[in-house]
Amino acid sequence: MVPLLLILIPLLTGLTAFFIKNEKAVRSWVLLSSGLTLSISLLGLTVLKEDKFLQFQCEWLQTLGSSFSVRLDGMGQLLCLLNAVAYPLILLATWNSSYKKSHNFFALMLLAQAGMMGVFLAMDALLFYFFWELALIPMYFLCSIWGGEKRIAVTFKFFIYTFVGSLLMLIGILFIYSHSPSHSFDIASFYEIHISSKQQQLVFWLFFIAFAIKMPIFPFHTWQPDTYEQAPTATTMVLSGVMVKMGVFGLIRWLLPVVPVASYQWGDVITTMAIIGMIYASLIAIQQDDLKRLVAYSSIAHIGLMCAAIFAENQSGMQGVMIQMFNHGINIIGLWIVVEIIERQFGTRKISELGGLAQKAPAMALLFVIVALANLALPLTNAFPGEFLMFNGLFNSLVTKYSVWFTAFAGISIILAAVYTLNMIRKVFYGNMNELTATVRDVRSNEKLALGIIVILIFCIGVYPQALLNVTKEFSEAIVKKADILPLFRGH
Amino acid sequence: MNALIVSALLGVLMMFSGILLKQKKALRNVAIAGMVLLLMLNVLEMAGIVLFKIDTKGMMVFDRFALLFTTIAFASTLLYLLLSARDMEKVGINYAEYFALIFFILCGITLTASFKSLLILFLGIEIISIPLYILTGSDKKNLKSNEASLKYFLLGSFSTGLLLMGIALIYGARGTFYTNDITVFTEAKPSALIVAGMLLVLFSMSFKVSAAPFHFWTPDVYDGAPTVFTSFMATIVKAAFFIAFIRLFDDAFGLLQSKWQLLVAIITVATLFIGNITAVFQQSVKRMLAYSSIAQAGFMMLSLFAMNTDAKEGLLLYTAAYSLATIGIFAVLIKMNDYSFDGFNGFARQQPLLAATTTIFLLSLAGIPLTGGFLAKFYMLKAVMISGDHLWLVIVAIFMAAISVYYYFRVIQAMYFKEGDSPPIEVSRGFKWTLVLLAALVILLGIFPSLLLNWLYF
Repeated sequence: MVPLLLILIPLLTGLTAFFIKNEKAVRSWVLLSSGLTLSISLLGLTVLKEDKFLQFQCEWLQTLGSSFSVRLDGMGQLLCLLNAVAYPLILLATWNSSYKKSHNFFALMLLAQAGMMGVFLAMDALLFYFFWELALIPMYFLCSIWGGEKRIAVTFKFFIYTFVGSLLMLIGILFIYSHSPSHSFDIASFYEIHISSKQQQLVFWLFFIAFAIKMPIFPFHTWQPDTYEQAPTATTMVLSGVMVKMGVFGLIRWLLPVVPVASYQWGDVITTMAIIGMIYASLIAIQQDDLKRLVAYSSIAHIGLMCAAIFAENQSGMQGVMIQMFNHGINIIGLWIVVEIIERQFGTRKISELGGLAQKAPAMALLFVIVALANLALPLTNAFPGEFLMFNGLFNSLVTKYSVWFTAFAGISIILAAVYTLNMIRKVFYGNMNELTATVRDVRSNEKLALGIIVILIFCIGVYPQALLNVTKEFSEAIVKKADILPLFRGH
Repeated sequence: MNALIVSALLGVLMMFSGILLKQKKALRNVAIAGMVLLLMLNVLEMAGIVLFKIDTKGMMVFDRFALLFTTIAFASTLLYLLLSARDMEKVGINYAEYFALIFFILCGITLTASFKSLLILFLGIEIISIPLYILTGSDKKNLKSNEASLKYFLLGSFSTGLLLMGIALIYGARGTFYTNDITVFTEAKPSALIVAGMLLVLFSMSFKVSAAPFHFWTPDVYDGAPTVFTSFMATIVKAAFFIAFIRLFDDAFGLLQSKWQLLVAIITVATLFIGNITAVFQQSVKRMLAYSSIAQAGFMMLSLFAMNTDAKEGLLLYTAAYSLATIGIFAVLIKMNDYSFDGFNGFARQQPLLAATTTIFLLSLAGIPLTGGFLAKFYMLKAVMISGDHLWLVIVAIFMAAISVYYYFRVIQAMYFKEGDSPPIEVSRGFKWTLVLLAALVILLGIFPSLLLNWLYF
């Protein structure tokens, strides 16, 4: 019941929101809806833990071999929670931004949430594909209607990129389906597939490109900075906070366990790509003068590490990715909130035009510095256990011969991250004020509340990550076991 | 059998009511009532109630497949009439005759959906084609319409000639017109006569469904014909030709699949390629839709290539989803003053409901999930995938689908993201609600295709 509600609440409230023309009313309506979703998600995590609550299945497209099957497992719990937490935060933080035709804006936001929930919950490949696309369509409209100056071309690029990716994935899904023993789209039958190593490699690339575009992994990332820059900030938060996790999620649920042999064969290549992307994105971030683009490139670097850790194929790396998906989501939303405040006040995002904000806006500076340090994975902040686990996983990986090199190069990006983050803090918040920044006003109460919640989460998870790690522990073990191909060799 | 007789009678009735009824509204209502009757009788036949029993000597068979398709075609025509019948007034003065011709075409569609003999196939195709030539040229004062009509007539009769020649060769080889008897042979090597006949039939049918490289008439004819009739030609009629195509090849040449499969694959790829690539460069939405119909034909050709259960089910779904979406877009297009992409600028601000429904139709044509268009394409790809080692064809088709997003989304971009100040258009309430119904059907097909496909078996 829980997973069904998680999809239906945003879906139905979103459809209703199209008809609430009053801006204030629709805002409250959306806040109510997202609050409800959050409480359902928390209930699923804490109270309703029996299987009968956590899964739902009914017949759908029976002749095609597909059913409407949704289940909340460890990773699903975590990502649905992220999705559910993100929306109230985003709403709170952007309470003062006004949008023309706001009912359409909020309705599309909720539809996107429903789509993403579906992606995280689907246990049937066709259903997964359905939701994967459904999350994309509202995003396309959101960015194209409410975005910046170059929005139409940029969003179209984003759309075409992801659409081509998902079509390739569709071929992959069809290929596995046609080779699956029971001719079904059910995830269990996908996991039981027996195809040759050559066929696995084909499927691997068909799926991987789709996920790599979504995450994005170098060299499929070129849509991302433009889109983040042009999209309205609330949408950017959804895109970078939650939606990119769809790619990481896809790798873990639909790629690694389905084609373990190909994942092993191509693991080194992928990890290399990811690490090149990390360093490359960090170097560009250092050069950026635009706050939004800086955060966008920093996101590429973080996601790259997750990708590398997934292909380390061990428990430590996997758990690190899990917890980091959640952390990265809330941290980056925190960064965007501050960027949004700055942009709304000064009408510019250029670092060179800002300076000295901390003098008149101490609360904003303090909150932002904490979030930025969390983004750097400083100990005691939430990202530290995640990154530590991931590096640990990468270093101890048994599936690659180059683990030391991978870890060393990935480590460089941490240093680079410190360079660009601290540099940005220094230039924007400290130093001398100029004419523009002299007019600064500190954060409003709603923004303070949103940032405050994020900071609390940062510290809570930083001090006691075990709570989250326990949620995904069994799931990670299962995935690592499925991805392990050593038994195959022993068998022969 | 119900539909065959009644549609012919209704055609005659419409011709006479043109003399008796002077009011256009009355004529329209008679036509729509007749259409409802036709649809109901056809559904009754599916339920086993046959009003007319005529011995066709096995030349026709009204099986589930045929009846379901005719139901789809009649339902689409009904929706088409509800949406666009009013706009036929603008074409010319022979209002009643247009309806009569449409009913005759439906009679032909019944023939092509249920033939078991090549003669009936030929008859059906002619009964469809001749009224179409007339409808294409019905805007008599318009040079483009006349040109289109003449072009269509010349090329169409040429291809019909090919069909006849093919049928003659097949008759020469097998001594029969019955499609089922054509396949029953045991010789290891089919005679040259039958292969030549089959190829002629293949080319002629490819012409009818506007598959490349026999598609050259399509853009000009679709563009030149009055837009109301383009809508009908590009959807229901094309679907009917496809049904005839797959029926013929399934019944008559199924065992020869190895002989024609590669050829069909080439035609499919060429159709997909030419349709999609050329559509990208169009400046007029009407012409874009003409090329898009070629591109969609390419996708439907996949069902011919695969020729299995999925392909046949999928083709039915495809015809339904494609017809509904295209009829909807054309219905909106007819109302527009300017057929170029820029004519749609700012349309969402002016007509939010029309823009929203048009978006759903375009998404369906582009094959976005949750619309009938996605599942239709999905069925096609799945059919090809399980028919053997043809991954390359699937990949080509997928890439072409990705290209199609470009030109379909150009309309969406114009409607929603660009500002424009075209003069406002007026539409009635009934028109709006019918469009909403159409959009709802498109989405319903995308979520529960079994609502349609179960009719095939139960």
